[in-house]
Parts: sequence; C-alpha cells; structure tokens
Amino acid sequence: MLAYIIRRVFQSLLVLLIVGLVAFSMFAFVGDPVDNMLGQERTQADIERLRQQLGLDRPFIVQYWRFLEQAAQGNFGLSYRQGRPVAEILMERLPATLELAFISGVLALFGGIALGIFTAIRRRGTAANMIMTLSLIGVSLPTFLIGILLIYVFSVELGWLPSFGRGEVTDLGGWTTGFLTASGLKALILPAITLGLYQMTLIMRLVRTEMLEVLRMDYIRFARARGIREKSVNFRHALKNTLVPVITITGLQLGSIIAFAIITETVFQWPGVGLLFINAVQFVDIPVMAAYLMMISVMFVGINLIVDMLYFAIDPRLRVDRTAGGH
Amino acid sequence: MADAHTDIRPTRLRRAWNSDIAWSFRHTPVAMASTLVVVVLVLGAVLAPLIAPHDPFNPATLNLMNGFTPPGVANQFTGDFFVLGTDDQGRDVFSTILYGMRISLFVGFSAVLLAMVLGVTLGLLAGYAGGWTETIIMRIADVQLTFPAILVAMLIFGIAKGITPPEYRDQMAIWVLILAIGLSDWVQFARVVRGATLVEKNKEYVQAARLIGRTPFAIMLRHILPNVLNPVLVIATISLALAIIAEATLSFLGVGAPPTKPSLGTLIRIGQEFMFSGEWWILFFPAATLLALALSINLLGDWLRDALNPRLR
Repeated sequence: MLAYIIRRVFQSLLVLLIVGLVAFSMFAFVGDPVDNMLGQERTQADIERLRQQLGLDRPFIVQYWRFLEQAAQGNFGLSYRQGRPVAEILMERLPATLELAFISGVLALFGGIALGIFTAIRRRGTAANMIMTLSLIGVSLPTFLIGILLIYVFSVELGWLPSFGRGEVTDLGGWTTGFLTASGLKALILPAITLGLYQMTLIMRLVRTEMLEVLRMDYIRFARARGIREKSVNFRHALKNTLVPVITITGLQLGSIIAFAIITETVFQWPGVGLLFINAVQFVDIPVMAAYLMMISVMFVGINLIVDMLYFAIDPRLRVDRTAGGH
Repeated sequence: MADAHTDIRPTRLRRAWNSDIAWSFRHTPVAMASTLVVVVLVLGAVLAPLIAPHDPFNPATLNLMNGFTPPGVANQFTGDFFVLGTDDQGRDVFSTILYGMRISLFVGFSAVLLAMVLGVTLGLLAGYAGGWTETIIMRIADVQLTFPAILVAMLIFGIAKGITPPEYRDQMAIWVLILAIGLSDWVQFARVVRGATLVEKNKEYVQAARLIGRTPFAIMLRHILPNVLNPVLVIATISLALAIIAEATLSFLGVGAPPTKPSLGTLIRIGQEFMFSGEWWILFFPAATLLALALSINLLGDWLRDALNPRLR
C-alpha cells in the first residue's frame, strides 16, 4: 500500500510539472514581455539589457526552473491588465468562488443522495419516474441556460432574488464572506443552484444505480428474510455499500465544480476567480491565466490524491486485492 | 466509414447489420422523433441562404426602425412582419438563428471530426504498438482527463488568441474554436479505441493477417479499425451534442464566435441583455433552438448506443 501511495504522489508531481511547463510556455511563447515593457523609442542595446535583467537569455530549462521556484512561492508577476501582483488579485477573489463551490457541493451531495435513495426505493412510483425524466433534461441543459432560466423566473418575473453580484459582504481579515448578511445569503441562492444542479443529477443517478444493484444482493434478501424492518434494510445495510463509489465520484466532481464555476460566475457576474479567468482569456492576460491554471491544477491533483487515499481507507477489499496482485 | 465495411465483409453481412439497426430504429419512437428534429434543423442550417427571409449580415438590408419588433406582429413604424421578431438592430431573429446554427453545426461537426481522427489514430497506435508509445500517449490522456474539457478548450482559445495578431482574431475565431474543442475531446476516443484494439489484436484474424505478412499499418487500418468503429460512432454522436454545447458555452462567455459571425451561443449572449427589458424573444428562440438541437442529438446517441451494442451500457 505504501508503494502505491508513493507512486501516486510521484505521478501527481509529474502532472504538476507538465502543467507548469504549459503555464510557463504561455509566458515564453505568447507575446513578448520585452515588447510590452519597453516603449516605442528603444534601441537594440536596451532590448539586450532588459533581456539579460529578466534572465530571458538563459537556456529554456533554467528559465523553466526559475518559473517553478517563483510559482511555488506564489509569485506570478503582475497582471498585464490591472498592473497588480497576480497572487494578490487571486487571493482577493478566491473566497467568493470557494463559498459558492462549497454551498453547491453540499447541495449536490445531500440533494443527490436523498433523491437517489428515493428513486431507488420507490422505483415504480410516479414521483420517482418524474424525477428521473426531469434529471434527463437537466443533464442536457447547458449550465448557462439553467442560470438564465433561474434569473428570468426568480429575478425578472418574481423579483425575489438578485440576478448578479454577491450582495453585501463582511471582511474577516482578508477573507470576505457573504454568509453573514441577508443580502449575501440571498445572492448566493441562484448561483449555488445553477452550479450544483448538474452535479446533483449526476450523483442522484449514480446513487440510484448503485442502490438498485445492492438491493438485488443476497445479503439484502437474507436481511429481509430475517424479518429486519424495511427502513433498517434500506439505510443500514444497503446505503452503506453504495457510498464508496459515490464518495469517489463526488470527490472528482469537486474539481469540476470549481471549473464550471467559471460559467456560473459569468452568468451571475459573481466576483470570483472564474470570472477573473474568463476576463483574462478575453484580454489575453497571460500571468492571470497561468496563475489560475497552476492554482486549479494543484487543487485538482490534490483532490484526486485524497480521493484515492479515501478509497483505500473505506474499502478494505481493495487493500487485499492490490497486495495479492489484483485481478 | 461504410467503405471500410464493404472492403472486408461480404455484402450479406453488411445488409444484416444494416437491417438490425433499421429494425431497432423503426421500433423506437424517440429515435425517429429526434432524427426528424435533427434533420429539420440541419436542413434549415444548410439551406439558410435559401430559406432565410432576410440576410442578417448585410447592413444594406437592415432598417433600424425595425428594431425590437415582437414576433408575429407587424412593426408599428414600417409595417414589416417578422415570424420570430427582430433584435435591437432590426435583424430578423429567425434568419439569425438559421445562420447561427450553420456556425454552431459547422464548429460542432469539425471539432468532433478532429477529435475523432486524432483520438482513433492515437488509440490504435497505443493499443497496437504497446510499450513506450502506449505509455506516453495514455499518460498525456490521463493528465488531460484530470481537467474538464471546457477548461482545456478555454485555455487553448486564450493561447491561440494571444498568438494571432489582433486584426485576424475575428476571422480566425471559428477555426480556433474548432481546434480548442477538438483538442479538448480526443481522449474519449483514444481510450475506447485503445481498449478495443487490445482485445482485437490477439484474435485469430489479426494473427492471420500478420502471418501473411501485412504491414502493421495495414493491419491497424484495414483489419482492426473496422472492428472498433461501433463504439467510435456512439461516442462521436454524443460528442457532437457536447461539442455544440461547448461551442455555445464558449461563445456565450465571450470567448468564442464573434458578434460579426454569431453562433447560437453568441445570439444567446446578445439576447440575455434584453431579458430585463422585456424583449424575451431575442433570447428565447435561439436558446430553444440550441436546446432542441442538443437534446435530440443526445437522445439519438443514447439510442445508437443501445442499438449497436447493448453491452456498452
């Protein structure tokens, strides 16, 4: 098992190195920083001097190493567009995205598991069938259309909820939160539903399939034969065994929640890192794009790694399989 | 793709294969209905210059007085009539949808084609050659799979935008979109084809082909490829729906088709601005068209998957 963990950590580092190479190549090949920094009246000597100062005359591999060193310390230089340190801008925007992603994740997880159990137990019921049909449409509906639809119903027609922004936020020493004000909480509702809906349908369908499979197993039939109450069979015997794949998928979905936040944040003009990234793409703000890429890959790789470890911790059968050579 | 079948199999088999699908098709109302929707929409897009009542991109035929005409009502100043209304500049919404669909479908089809050619080639190579080739290709696939396709597409779009000079950006946007979506989507194809190739390459017919001295290239292309095409077809259909949605999403976010050459996503982006002032039709009709297109292609893909190979479920 230890060997497996070491191999996974090594693989994760390799992924980060490759992503770092992509991010660095963006700096190296898209646009010329010397061009950006020197004005119209420049001489060849100016250019040479600046290139030397910036270390651009060194070999590619040396520059790449320096980039990694700086990136590890969170230094990505100045935003071309705002002229401020990229790390500072990112840190300012990150709380908004994390709060949104957290609420959507919770919504998707609990809503998805509850609906999944319901549709599995009442498989032939009308309500369960309706939920399944709705979920099919939900999967085909692009995220941004869900957002627009919600804005149309709840902001334009009913006027209950705000259609953009974060509302009033409280500053807790560098971390701005919308959780503490009424307008902040109200502003959170529509974006959270938009972002969480797709993941919720995904988790729901997964829980339902797993649950149906488990309910067919012998030990469930045996539990029923022993006269154990239906509730106890469903929740204590069946549910426990469906949760392993659910945890894996949910963990992996966390990454895509952060990525899909780009779309939701644009629809609702939510001032998070996703909106920052899309603006950076529009204006070719390379430092911001590179920093976002590095930040999000550290998150993704970290989540993947943790999910892998969790898998081991939860399902003892896996450990045996691996050491015995597996199937 | 059909040619590959005729090359190696007797026509009798091919006819049976065809009729199987045909039988399933005749007995699935959902498949027939979604085919009808797709055919009507694709025809509308292809024949746009003939069908569209107005040319929305010719400024000479536009009349600003026609702006914001509601659907099905004659304009109060000019008396002109528009089936689905007009936008702020007096462009006929029905015509812009037809032309927008052209771009959406063109980008979708081209991106899937790119992803398919790339993915199938790399998948065949990885599966057949094995060793280092396989390790490198599948490692790259794994790394890319860590990131959602839409994010990869955005990055490629951003980088390509940085490389192209500003005066060409609008012109190049469509091609950059195809490249971005195509490159973000090849992994699916590569994984499935590699898996199928690993199974096929140990079968007798491949060994026989090797024995009679056919080159690896010929074996991959003429012997293995035709036998791994079924899942590729299914993935291609579902990828098409995903590619159209991806294109619409990128264009909606403002990192896709430019307003001078709007796709359905660009039209939705434009229409969203008028949602608050009550001109719902500028947003609603493009959005409904996109939804109909994506949903029916999705349903078609689902049916195809079940019909071609029940084991794939």
